[in-house]
Amino acid sequence: MTQRAEWNEAEASGIINELKHLEGATLPILHALQENFGYVDRRVAPMIADALNMSKAEIYGAITFYHDFREAPAGKRVVKLCRAEACQAMGCEDLVHHLETEQGIIVDSTSPSGHLTVETVYCLGNCALGPAALIDGALVGRVDKELLDAVCAERPHERMEG
Amino acid sequence: MQCALSARMSGWKGDQMSMSAIKIYIPRDAAALSVGAERVVKAMHDEAKKRGVNIEIIRNGSRGMLWLEPLVEVATSKGRVAYGPVQPKDVASLFDAKFFEGGSHALGHGLTEDIPFFKNQERLTFQRVGVIDPLSLDDYIAHGGFAGLKKALAMSGADIVQTVTDSGLRGRGGAGFPTGIKWKTVLNTSADQKYIVCNADEGDSGTFADRMLMEGDPFTLIEGMIIAGVAVGATKGYVYLRSEYPNAHIIFREAIQIAKKAGWLGKSVNGSGKAFDLEVRLGAGAYICGEETSLLESLEGKRAIVRAKPPLPAIQGLFGKPTIINNVMSLATVPWIMANGAKAYADYGMGRSRGTLPIQLAGNIKRGGLIEKAFGVTLIEVIETYGGGTASGRPFRAVQVGGPLGAYFPSSLLDTPLDYEAMAAKKGMLGHGGIVVFDDRVDLAKQARFAFEFCAKESCGKCTPCRIGAVRGKETMDQIIAGETAKLDLVKDLCTLMTDASLCAMGGLTPIPVVSALDHFPEDFKPAHRLAAE
Repeated sequence: MTQRAEWNEAEASGIINELKHLEGATLPILHALQENFGYVDRRVAPMIADALNMSKAEIYGAITFYHDFREAPAGKRVVKLCRAEACQAMGCEDLVHHLETEQGIIVDSTSPSGHLTVETVYCLGNCALGPAALIDGALVGRVDKELLDAVCAERPHERMEG
Repeated sequence: MQCALSARMSGWKGDQMSMSAIKIYIPRDAAALSVGAERVVKAMHDEAKKRGVNIEIIRNGSRGMLWLEPLVEVATSKGRVAYGPVQPKDVASLFDAKFFEGGSHALGHGLTEDIPFFKNQERLTFQRVGVIDPLSLDDYIAHGGFAGLKKALAMSGADIVQTVTDSGLRGRGGAGFPTGIKWKTVLNTSADQKYIVCNADEGDSGTFADRMLMEGDPFTLIEGMIIAGVAVGATKGYVYLRSEYPNAHIIFREAIQIAKKAGWLGKSVNGSGKAFDLEVRLGAGAYICGEETSLLESLEGKRAIVRAKPPLPAIQGLFGKPTIINNVMSLATVPWIMANGAKAYADYGMGRSRGTLPIQLAGNIKRGGLIEKAFGVTLIEVIETYGGGTASGRPFRAVQVGGPLGAYFPSSLLDTPLDYEAMAAKKGMLGHGGIVVFDDRVDLAKQARFAFEFCAKESCGKCTPCRIGAVRGKETMDQIIAGETAKLDLVKDLCTLMTDASLCAMGGLTPIPVVSALDHFPEDFKPAHRLAAE
């Protein structure tokens, strides 16, 4: 739930310049931009290409290849719900169904109010305590409907930090 | 020394506790945090303060008994005593029971190392995980850390490589290629720059050994990478870590800084005159990056498109330079091998699978966690004896071994030993050692469909069998699930094509879960069953 900066070309340029000396700097730059702005604005492609002496196509290609980089800012809260096999075995698809039918939230989209983004991830490495989710960056095990309902309703929950 | 001093000082202050602080261990491992370890730490501090008990909380890694997390341990004269799973509401009663002296409590399990799940393991790679403070170099060294590196620094590169070869260590990422042979190729290729790359893109569902090690004993991986660098003359290392592991990222970066400050990384490793530096890089949510050549492309800042081999990464790897690329487990096992000798390691295991395998038991399982055992333990032993059956209490139906590209086995195959060759003989694979258990509610037709869906989402797109085959496979499975079972032949044909013609393991192994589901659970693909299930 951190505050993200509005898109700002000078700021983006500063981030790129700070990291361009790294070997294979593309991913570190893209991560830093997303960390700062909450998404990777497509306007950065020519800027990174210039800084790294790569083609715009290569940079655009990299941005769109990786699932992590968002085209638009996410909701205020972000739930990354694991839907890989170990969490399937513990009923993660029931949670997906519950979100859709009870909360009107379609996984892999942002709620109309802009409050909540729920994304699919494949494996968070918490496979013995599934279903697992990263909720605002914190790993939560044994996720259940009650916990997700609390997140949807912006209610605190005893199993959530802070 | 400091301990004794502070104890005396607190004595002067007239504290209730005249002895030094009681050592309590509460993991900082992501799995423990995911079920409330941080809240337990806070509750412990608050309660101890209220009662005037002098405690010191050490944030260790996890012992790997994940159903007991958050596992609280207390150091006693007899050894560490375990309590778990502990929630904040249990803390007051733990103090009432004098848990800090090892007192009995409903959540007590006696000595940690006597718990059967733990006691019957053979922990080599994980020898220190959960035992030590992951970020204390003193603790690391006191528990045998850097012994392997010190020996390696006194040896020639060729001798180090020979030791690794003799140990029989095979790549733990999944392919099982002999580690020593990879190293030898890099050693014998001359270049102005060589690299050590650690594949920490542990994307297989059901696996978490890399994460646990990087959070619980990060210096072991650092030491293993330095040894690899010293062996082949590489001065720079990269750890490619998946972005889904933020906690491992924080801890591992901290460990690198500590190792740098203490002179274990840098221009002269521990004053040896040999340089080795290390950087951690984050992936960005692409499963394919676990494939070594696509990982290298990603490190170079490109789309992670799989490279054709040859050239092998050992000859032309990162930025075209000779590169050792190994999994976390492979590199983290090297320090033990160097310290204890190749033979000691090779004495564990069976057939051509030497040493130990960190098994990760997951999914619908009562007692899930990390089990490091010599190769050869059977699936039934792992699932029943260690795991205690399903978490739901319902009957066992299927197990997927080796991640999303691994086979689904029915109960009739549970006598299969966990060994590279034995698994392959049953048309399965060991992969990274992940075991995902399903109860009787699993629908194997849906799992087969998921295998295609996953491949369609995660394919890098370079070769047609994988890129198009996965999409067609998913569509065809949808038709079969809708009742068009005549299409099964089409799926089988597609599986043959993908196996034979895909460029890498992504497309090439996706048929394994599909075909195993068809072979062992044909009833799930029949219309009668499907109608009944709907």
